[in-house]
Amino acid sequence: MSTEQVKTTYREAMRAAIREAMQRDDRVFLMGEDVGRYGGCFAVSLGLLEEFGPERIRDTPLSESAFVGAGIGAAMAGMRPIVEIMTVNFSLLALDQILNNAATLLHMSGGQCNVPLVIRMTTGAGRQVAAQHSHSLEGWYTHIPGIKVLAPATLEDARGMLWTALQDPDPVLIFEHGSLYNLQGLLAADAGPVDIRSARVCREGGDVSLITYGGTLGKALSAADQLGADGIDAEVIDLRSLRPLDDTTIMTSVAKTHRSVIVDEGWRTGSLSAEVSARITEQAFYDLDAPVARVCSAEVPMPYPRHLEEAALPQADGIVAAVREVVG
Amino acid sequence: MSRVPQDAAAAVRPGAGRPDAGHQKDLLRQMLLIRRFEEKCVELYSAAEIRGFVHLYIGEEAVAVGVNQALAPDDAVVSTYREHGHALARGLPLESVMAEMYGKTTGCSHGRGGSMHLFDISRRFYGGNAIVGGGLPLAIGIALADKMRGEERVTACFFGDGAVAEGEFHECMNLAALWDLPVLFCCENNLYAMGTALDRAQAQTDLALRAGTYGMPAWPVDGMDVLAVEHAARRAAEAVRAGGGPHFLELRTYRFRAHSMYDPDRYRDKAEIEQWKQRDPVETLTARLRDARQLTDDELAAMEDELAGQIEASVAAARAAPDEPTETLTTFVYSPESS
Repeated sequence: MSTEQVKTTYREAMRAAIREAMQRDDRVFLMGEDVGRYGGCFAVSLGLLEEFGPERIRDTPLSESAFVGAGIGAAMAGMRPIVEIMTVNFSLLALDQILNNAATLLHMSGGQCNVPLVIRMTTGAGRQVAAQHSHSLEGWYTHIPGIKVLAPATLEDARGMLWTALQDPDPVLIFEHGSLYNLQGLLAADAGPVDIRSARVCREGGDVSLITYGGTLGKALSAADQLGADGIDAEVIDLRSLRPLDDTTIMTSVAKTHRSVIVDEGWRTGSLSAEVSARITEQAFYDLDAPVARVCSAEVPMPYPRHLEEAALPQADGIVAAVREVVG
Repeated sequence: MSRVPQDAAAAVRPGAGRPDAGHQKDLLRQMLLIRRFEEKCVELYSAAEIRGFVHLYIGEEAVAVGVNQALAPDDAVVSTYREHGHALARGLPLESVMAEMYGKTTGCSHGRGGSMHLFDISRRFYGGNAIVGGGLPLAIGIALADKMRGEERVTACFFGDGAVAEGEFHECMNLAALWDLPVLFCCENNLYAMGTALDRAQAQTDLALRAGTYGMPAWPVDGMDVLAVEHAARRAAEAVRAGGGPHFLELRTYRFRAHSMYDPDRYRDKAEIEQWKQRDPVETLTARLRDARQLTDDELAAMEDELAGQIEASVAAARAAPDEPTETLTTFVYSPESS
């Protein structure tokens, strides 16, 4: 493996992943609102129309249900579509197709009708775009058997998850946190496909397990740095796959640290953080030295002003405070 | 304004080129199979041998049988929850459909789907969709895949008048026309969305007219006349296959039975039902063949006997078939080769 590294962004890594998939497999095509001529509303697909043409970089009308369902139909009929939905809030217009068809067809057909579809969408807040463009509803999707849910939080995963997801015979949803597109860093020049099943320990530590994913990974790492300065050694876990969850990595960490704080940009009630907490209670109860704690978004539709939005979201300071509580 | 072809009248009335008697008898046999299958289902439902929702197609058989005449084996079909007719006309084995009614392992969907979710991918029969309008986007996608690969295939998409009230319908009409997709939209207008009459739900009840506004040829067809349906479907399917983009048939029909086995049918006039029964597609074709001295009583009786025997055999086989083992409960949630 090459040690050469290149400077890139999350956006560019995602674009490189789409380009590679299009080059390697002519069944792959990208479809969604403004993915072509506009270049993608977050500029992920910028330039791909010129490279691959309008058949494979396919602009759609504002018809989420129709084009998500069309992706399902095309996948059933042998293609490997990547469907882009602008934001998770808009995906609700296609929820019928995602739940009643994509997640269900294999079962309803007695195993005949698998749906090798990848749906990408933006999630999360932090850009002052208020209450209909900012929510983190990926936790809802993790409720659904039949689909897989991924949350790339790093350049490696932005670059590597897509191809693996496209090899999967079943539907995979990829949630890209909107605040990550400009994330810059170094990526191995030969970075490629990654596994989409396991969680990753991003920072090793012995005092507390900080369990998070997606847009809050950076905040958790920053909190861990602050805690480290005070002599509290936090382990940070990036879940990466939200369904299925990698219980082994979570429980191994909790068995080591005996304390856990879950950081989730979703609302607290009925959330992914609740699921992770329940699993820790079920599987690692006797390893715990303190109750499981959670840092989530305030239970309010996302407000517009910056200070209120910041107050609504998990922040490094709040994570630090929650850790201090459980470390005692 | 509806883009009805100049000779739409010819599409509604088959005219002089009537198919030969053998073919017509085959159509009759197919319609009778559906009719007798469903009558048996009523019996079995009443005896609590089969359960769930059972939506009967009785009265609408000419639509499924007529449309299927225009389809080739590698064309695709997307159906609804009222799909026994579509499945049988498509050639799904009677035994596998009956076994699915029983939820048995030999059912066409391994017992997982029941009456509303019959699948047979080997026949490109992409199942019954029980969310009204939910099958249309799938049909769009199947047709898109075929078009992108340069296959000259048609996707026939069945749905009812109720679907026209759904947003998905309008999204899909637009997308199919915009992308020039090879879809044959088969709107089974039986005048009722469950208990809601068309004119109580739609400001404009001329559905072909509305489909035409999306920029595709669309015309009404007498859905009680299997020859008229076949003629229109062949015409439309040929045009679709030749690259003419989506076509829309409004198949005007009527269900003689209630919406489902749970429905007390309080919302329709008995007189209206009786009036439509005068146009029973099975009776109409039978009478036509008899009048032309192309079908004898003995032939008809033999056909009925043969079908009754097949149906009884399918019931016996379904009863004898094993249940899916409970250990397989989650077998079909993810594919076996799933990473």
